[in-house]
Amino acid sequence: MEPEVHVIHYLIIGIVMMACGIYGFFTRKNLLALLISVELMLNAVNINFAVFCRYLFPDALEGHFFSLFGIAIAAAETAVAIAIIINVYRNIGHVQTDDITDLKG
Amino acid sequence: MDILLSLQAEISLVAVLVIVLLADLIGKEPNHKRLQKTVYVLLALHIALNLRPFEAVAFGGMYHTTPMACTVKSLLTLGTLLVFMQASQWLEREDTRHKAGEFYVLTLSTLLGMYFMVSAGSFLLFYVGLELASIPMACLIAFDKYRHHSAEAGAKFILNSMFSSALMLYGLSFIYGTCGTAYFAELTPALTGTPLQVMALVLFFAGLGFKLSLVPFHMWTPDTYQGAPAAVSGYLSVISKGAAAFALISILHHVFAPMLQSWDLLVSIVLVASITVANLFAILQHDLKRFMAYSSISQAGYIMLAVLGETGQGTTSLVYYIAVYLMANLAVFGVIGLLEQQTGAAVERSTCNALYTTNPRLAFVMTIALFSLAGIPPFAGFFSKFFVFAAAFHTGHWAVVFLALVNTIISLYYYLLVVKAMYIMPSDAPVAAFRSPLPARVCLLVCLLSIMLMGVCSSVYQYIAAV
Repeated sequence: MEPEVHVIHYLIIGIVMMACGIYGFFTRKNLLALLISVELMLNAVNINFAVFCRYLFPDALEGHFFSLFGIAIAAAETAVAIAIIINVYRNIGHVQTDDITDLKG
Repeated sequence: MDILLSLQAEISLVAVLVIVLLADLIGKEPNHKRLQKTVYVLLALHIALNLRPFEAVAFGGMYHTTPMACTVKSLLTLGTLLVFMQASQWLEREDTRHKAGEFYVLTLSTLLGMYFMVSAGSFLLFYVGLELASIPMACLIAFDKYRHHSAEAGAKFILNSMFSSALMLYGLSFIYGTCGTAYFAELTPALTGTPLQVMALVLFFAGLGFKLSLVPFHMWTPDTYQGAPAAVSGYLSVISKGAAAFALISILHHVFAPMLQSWDLLVSIVLVASITVANLFAILQHDLKRFMAYSSISQAGYIMLAVLGETGQGTTSLVYYIAVYLMANLAVFGVIGLLEQQTGAAVERSTCNALYTTNPRLAFVMTIALFSLAGIPPFAGFFSKFFVFAAAFHTGHWAVVFLALVNTIISLYYYLLVVKAMYIMPSDAPVAAFRSPLPARVCLLVCLLSIMLMGVCSSVYQYIAAV
C-alpha cells in the first residue's frame, strides 16, 4: 500500500518550521541567525498557503498568489535587514546581539 | 476611468513621490531649500485635492475605500507634512543634507503603504500595504548612517517587524484555510468562531499589536524611538500608529464581527496591560524620546478603548483621538528635535531644566502639548479621551474604563515631571536661547492652535461623525 500525503502532513511540516523559527528567534545570538529564523517562519506560512490552495480550494488561485507575494516581500525585507546588519557590522565590528545593547533604560 | 477615480488619492501620492524623486535626481548640486519647498507645495496640493470623502470599490473588491478612510488619509498626510517641516533643520545638517531627497521619498512610500492599508478590501492588499509601510520605515530609522544608535534601532525594528508579520501571516493562512477566501466581504459570513479561527484571530491581533506597540508586544518601541532621528520617531509614533489603529478597528468591526465575543476580552486585557505597564515604566525614564515611547504605548492603549465601542461611535472617537494625538505628539517631538539639534546630544529630562528662562515659547508649546496628552480640560486631549471613554462605556466596559481613568491620573504625574523641569527646576547651564527655523516654527504654531481649538470647536468631532 502506497502511503498517501494529506493536508495534515504539510501542516505538520509548516508548524515544525514555524516553531523552529520562533525558537531560533528567541535563542540565537547572531543577527544573521535571527534573520534566518524569521525566514523559516515566513516559509512556513508560504507552505500553508500553497497547501490550502492546492488541496482545499483548487479552483481559485488566491493562496498561490498570497505565497508569491509573501516570497517577494520577504526578499525585500531581507535586503533591507542585511543592509542594516552590514551597517551595524561597520560600527562595532561584529553582529552578536550581546553587544547591541546601547539602547536600554 | 472608474479605477482612476477611485484610486485618486493613491495615484496623486505616487505622482508627488515620482516628482520629488526626479527633482532630487535632476538637481545638479544639492539644493535642499528648493527641494524642500517643492515637497511642501506638492503635499499641500495633494491634501487639498483629496479632501472630499467618497466611497469606492476597485479590482473586484480588492480595494475598498470608505469616506472615513479618506478622512484618515488626509489626516495622515497632514501629519506627514508637519513631520517634514520639523525635519527641516535636521535635514540641513552637513551629514544628512545630500540625502534629504531620500528621506522624502522613503517617507512618502511608507505613507503610500498606509493608504493601501486603511483602504484594503482583502488581506492580500492589506499585507502588501503593511509591508510597504514598514520596510522603508526601517531605512528611515537607520537613516543616520554614522551613528551606531540609529543602526541598532533599525536592526531591532526590522527584525521585530519581520517576526510580527510572520506571526500575522501564519494566522491569516488559517483564516484562508478555513474560509477559502481572503476578501473581507466574503470572509464575514464564512467566519463562525471555530477554535482554529480563534487562534488565527489571536495571531493576527499579535501581528498588529507589534505595529501598534501594545503590551506585551512593545519591547522594540523604546529602543527604536530612542535610536531613531527625532523626526522619524515622531512619524513612527503618530502616523504609522494611527494607520495601524484605524486598520485594526475596521478589520475587527467589519471582518471579525461574528467573533466579537473572542476579541472583546482580548482587546480589554491588552489595553489595560498597555496603559498600566507603560505608565509605570514611563515614570522611570530620563531620556525624553524613550519617555515619549512609553507615553505612546499608553496612548495606544487609550486608542484601543475606541475599538471596544460600537462601530459608529467607536470609529468616530478613534479618528478624533488620532487627530488630537497627532497634533500633541508632533508638538512634543518637534520641541525635542529642536533641542536635539541645538545641544547636539540626547535630550534628557534634565536638559529641559530651566528651559523657561531661556526659551519661554518652546517651553510653553511643550507644556500645552503635555497637558493635552495627559488630558487636562480646556485642551483637545481631554475631549478625545472623553469620547473614547464614552464609546467604551456605552457598550458596558465600565471596569476597563475605570482602570483607564485611574491610569490617566498616574500619567499626569510623569507628564508634569517634564513641565516641572522646564519651569521650576534650577539649572546652572540651561539650553541657550535660540531661534528655530521658519518651517519648524510654523509646524509648532499649527500644532499649538489645533490643540487649543480642536477641543473647543465641536464642529471637528461633528464633521468626523458625519463622514
